[in-house]
Amino acid sequence: MLDKELRSMIGEVKDGRMDRRAFITRMAAVGLTAPLANQILALGGVAMAEGASTYKPTKRGGGGALKLLWWQGPTLLNPHFATGTKDQDGARLFYEPLACWDPDGNMKLVLAAEIPSIQNGGLAADGKSVTWKLKPGVKWHDGTPFTADDVVFNWEYAKDPATSALTIATLRDITVEKVDNLTVRILFNKPTPFWADAFVGAPNTIIPKHLFKDYMGSKSREAPTNLSPVGTGPYKFVEFKPGDLVRGVLNPDYHMPNRPYFDSVEMKGGGDAVSAARAVIQTGEYDFGWNIQVEDDVLLRLEKGGKGKTVYAVGGDTEFIALNFTDPNTEVDGERSSIKTKHPLFSDPAVRKALSLLIDRESVKKAIYGRAGRTTANFLNGPEKFVSKNTTWEFSIEKASKILDEAGWKPGADGIREKDGKKLKLLYQTAINGPRQKTQAIVKQACQKAGIDVELKSVVASVFFSSDVGNPDTYSKFYADMEMFQIPLSQPDPSQHMRRYLSTLVATKENKWQGTNFPRWVNKEYDATIQAADGEMDPVKRAALYIKANDLMYQDTVFIPVQHRLKVEAAANNLRPVVSGWANETDNLFDWYREE
Amino acid sequence: MSQYVLRRLMIAIPSLLGISVVLFVVLALAPGDPFSELATNPNVPPEVQAALRAKFGLDDPIHLRYLHWLNAMLHGDWGFSFVSRMNVDTLILQRLPATLYVIGSAQILALLIAIPVGVYAATKPYSLFDQIANTLAFVGFSLPTFFTGILFILIFSVTLDWLPFVYTTDIKGTGIHWVLEMIRQAIMPVAVLGLFQAASMTRFVRSAMLDVIRLDYVTTARAKGLGQAKVIVKHVMRNAMIPVVTLIALQMPAVFGGAIVTEQIFRIPGIGSLLISSILSNDTPVVMAVTFVFACLVVLFNLIADVLYGWLDPRISLR
Amino acid sequence: MAGLTLASPSAERRVYSPWRETWRRYSRHKLAVVSAFLLLVLILAVVLGPFIWRVKIDDIDIVAGMQGPSPAHPFGTDDLGQDILARMIYGGRISLAVGLAAMLVSVFVGVLIGALAGMSRGALGHGLMWLTDLFLSLPQLPLLLLLIYLFRDGLKAAFGPEGGIFILIVLVIGGLRWMPVARLVRAQFLSIREKEFVEAARALGASPVRQVVRHILPNALGPVIIAGTIDVAAAIIAESTLSFLGLGFPPDTPTWGRLLYDAKDFLDIGPHWALFPGGAIFIAVVAINFIGDGLRDALDARRVI
Repeated sequence: MLDKELRSMIGEVKDGRMDRRAFITRMAAVGLTAPLANQILALGGVAMAEGASTYKPTKRGGGGALKLLWWQGPTLLNPHFATGTKDQDGARLFYEPLACWDPDGNMKLVLAAEIPSIQNGGLAADGKSVTWKLKPGVKWHDGTPFTADDVVFNWEYAKDPATSALTIATLRDITVEKVDNLTVRILFNKPTPFWADAFVGAPNTIIPKHLFKDYMGSKSREAPTNLSPVGTGPYKFVEFKPGDLVRGVLNPDYHMPNRPYFDSVEMKGGGDAVSAARAVIQTGEYDFGWNIQVEDDVLLRLEKGGKGKTVYAVGGDTEFIALNFTDPNTEVDGERSSIKTKHPLFSDPAVRKALSLLIDRESVKKAIYGRAGRTTANFLNGPEKFVSKNTTWEFSIEKASKILDEAGWKPGADGIREKDGKKLKLLYQTAINGPRQKTQAIVKQACQKAGIDVELKSVVASVFFSSDVGNPDTYSKFYADMEMFQIPLSQPDPSQHMRRYLSTLVATKENKWQGTNFPRWVNKEYDATIQAADGEMDPVKRAALYIKANDLMYQDTVFIPVQHRLKVEAAANNLRPVVSGWANETDNLFDWYREE
Repeated sequence: MSQYVLRRLMIAIPSLLGISVVLFVVLALAPGDPFSELATNPNVPPEVQAALRAKFGLDDPIHLRYLHWLNAMLHGDWGFSFVSRMNVDTLILQRLPATLYVIGSAQILALLIAIPVGVYAATKPYSLFDQIANTLAFVGFSLPTFFTGILFILIFSVTLDWLPFVYTTDIKGTGIHWVLEMIRQAIMPVAVLGLFQAASMTRFVRSAMLDVIRLDYVTTARAKGLGQAKVIVKHVMRNAMIPVVTLIALQMPAVFGGAIVTEQIFRIPGIGSLLISSILSNDTPVVMAVTFVFACLVVLFNLIADVLYGWLDPRISLR
Repeated sequence: MAGLTLASPSAERRVYSPWRETWRRYSRHKLAVVSAFLLLVLILAVVLGPFIWRVKIDDIDIVAGMQGPSPAHPFGTDDLGQDILARMIYGGRISLAVGLAAMLVSVFVGVLIGALAGMSRGALGHGLMWLTDLFLSLPQLPLLLLLIYLFRDGLKAAFGPEGGIFILIVLVIGGLRWMPVARLVRAQFLSIREKEFVEAARALGASPVRQVVRHILPNALGPVIIAGTIDVAAAIIAESTLSFLGLGFPPDTPTWGRLLYDAKDFLDIGPHWALFPGGAIFIAVVAINFIGDGLRDALDARRVI
């Protein structure tokens, strides 16, 4: 039914009977986010529209200095080596992708001349290739023209394992070929519904062939331009001190008219989020503060009579609690949380159900995330997915107690419920971070009231997320009953994200805990759904499959979503930053300006 | 004496080698991973993370990694940062000026406060001045720098708006304006750190002075009719200096090592903040280089202290 | 004989036993007596407090968050509406115990190593100084991560979760803070062992142990006591850093240092949150310092009061 309706709507847009904005609004109403809606239109034969710009200045420059505060400063400026978003953010000041995402999730052209569509021949109907036309006349900061050779070079550079590029994952399974000087074609080895990954967005910016061609493979670390980028972007490189400072000045030859507005840009690193918020909102020393993960109470206080404000962008990041389906306390063949075991408590679905009733998401929002959070029942809240409408959540200690009573978990002498000699005692771990420790406290208290004893544990983030096989405290080893963190949605598509939980990808000793299915949840129906979605070119059916996958997780209580988190930034009152929930903060920097 | 120094320097070489082995083993065994940030990025599969580990030699046996490090170090190669992918020595040199300036000033401030206050307090024990000095010292070391730092920011930056609290290395302007700005932005971090150290040092100076001030020879000196100031400076201080010299020798390596908390609060791009971010991201080559230089300074200042003991108290026989 | 000692009026008081003499001198130090009493009160408060103040430490009431002192919450509430008084009583036990125990460990180890290094003239002295240098150079954070990673589970199994962590924390904090004490003691020893009265004792055939215990150590105690009292404060604060790194007690254990750490970002909204734990640390530190001063005066053989 949705299928038919969608088809007719796509038809209406094609004929011009329906406005594309109306289409996207309708899609959002059924849970489709804008980037995906746009791609559906593109695949349905309607060209993707470029996002509208709110940029007002009518001449280049004259805006003075733009002072950015990143409390974790970039540590390197070669986008292929970026280990975190902070590095991508820094590199993005100088380097550019073919296109990026605006706040509404529309594609915005940067180095590309037009958005690929079936009409303009950019998209293959079978979803196995995409052809990009490049903007003519673009020059690198040293005056060399930008051409298709540069794009092809980036693919060759990154896919060589000896280069140790982190972009290898995006680029290794595709083929990039030069059609002519200003045209490149990307070939996929299977139908790819989400074609806008390679060379799109801040993680996938393009470096110049003429400066890096001698430094491919194992020589990659010797390239002098690793530290002094020569890009095509709005700002030219001036100075870089890893972890501390990146500076740039206006590029007078920039390929977008009237841009950039600021004469220079400075990105200062270090410190913590709270003092970054102070420096922007309270004292006005800086114009923009990145990723202000601070209790909302503190922000509200700072904003009173302040010189700045907070800015939010909706993305798809979900803070969740994952439940362990295997037994973390029994060792089988030298492996705890082995797939050969069953969790002694969680194997009873009633316990999992009861737990999901004990997460007071509203209080977590009120006390911690405030404007930066939304309560949700879904694991998948993102841009990349359909938000399921079939799910609900509730906080009720009474109901949880009732479920446990009915399932035979009766309070013992110490008030802790037990059944068959097994006590409801849980170990709840997370990475260290202020809001997470407070969430732990809120959850623990509700559980205690329901007769569940919870022991809290927190692990330094660098250890928790490490791939060090010797360490017992990593999230993938999961030597705990429940654990909390978030996996950011780095692209507007759910496929990578949802594939992680296939039963073939369970983290085990055998695969050195590299399996991505850390809850060790095995569900044949889920596997089938994801596999079907992977090969599904029909966008509507594909969407329905991901909704189903989310609902399967919900029914089995694999994840208990705690909060759908928004991006929070701080900006001076007169700054007009353009920040997208689907992109890095600096991805739309060319459109930033100051209201006089 | 010079023979003694020479011999101590000779001993320093094997002892530094030993320290480097222990440092290396601790760092190699410490849990964590320079690529942990990749773990939650759905676009980077875990095998890419694992391949990088292997590529940077993190999975090699520790003794091989140590020999490799030692060999490179002997050739003047300080190593290569996993996280920044640049040479460690460049990275450290970038951070050195800010560290020397801020931490060095803080140490000097601490000494300038601690020695006079401690000496004067000891000459009049349990006087009003002594009581006030003691109470302030107690406040000083009961409150951690993470707390006083924020307090200072709230008072001097937010409420009074006198001082900036983000330390910047690229001050616009030249000449006198540049100098003034450099001083202005260093006031708070230097005060926070200097006062914290002055607090405990004052107590040590006072105690050391008290130990000596009532000894017979001081009384004798007074009895001979020497003025109070002269007695204090010439007879008491010299003998009370041994614990003070020890403390200063303990503190000096920090001028290179930086002050992690203070640097974080004021965003000073010093070696302390480099060290902590490198530790948190398990950037072993950087941590190893910084701690090794630090170890050299610890050994060196220990030696200097020993030589000074001999000068302060000629009866100490150094062998 | 008598004529030689007449200069010291203490000759007349030989009737007292050494312990009584020490107490007599200590009790002359008014602040020290008051401080000992204060510390006792503090200890009693955290030990007996939970029986009197029966509010639970983790009762969350978000609506009542960030409230100043009131009859219901004498010390106010934190941002989750938890009672700060109850949390301080609970956390105080840990903070005081960790502070005192870690201080004892660091002073004991420091004095032992410093004394050995100060007395020995050879390989042992060099070896111990090398050890001190090594510990001074070790970067603490990776070392802590490593120690916790290596020993946490073993200690937990042997002494229970709370006991194991307590032992680990005390050993870690004490074990990483003894080096200044060792250096100070050694420096004092180098100088004192050459003094006339030690020479005299040596000439009279005093064994090295007797020289140290009876003659050198009492004269080297000044800096040790100061270092020890500073260590109490440092250990209480260090504990908060440890638990923040996930290396100490579970994250919901409200030790004083941890309360202060959590309160720092709310300093302009709810100063009471920082004021009370900060004040408690200050009182403990002051009390311990004056007790230390009193002890020093009491033990210092040369002091004439």
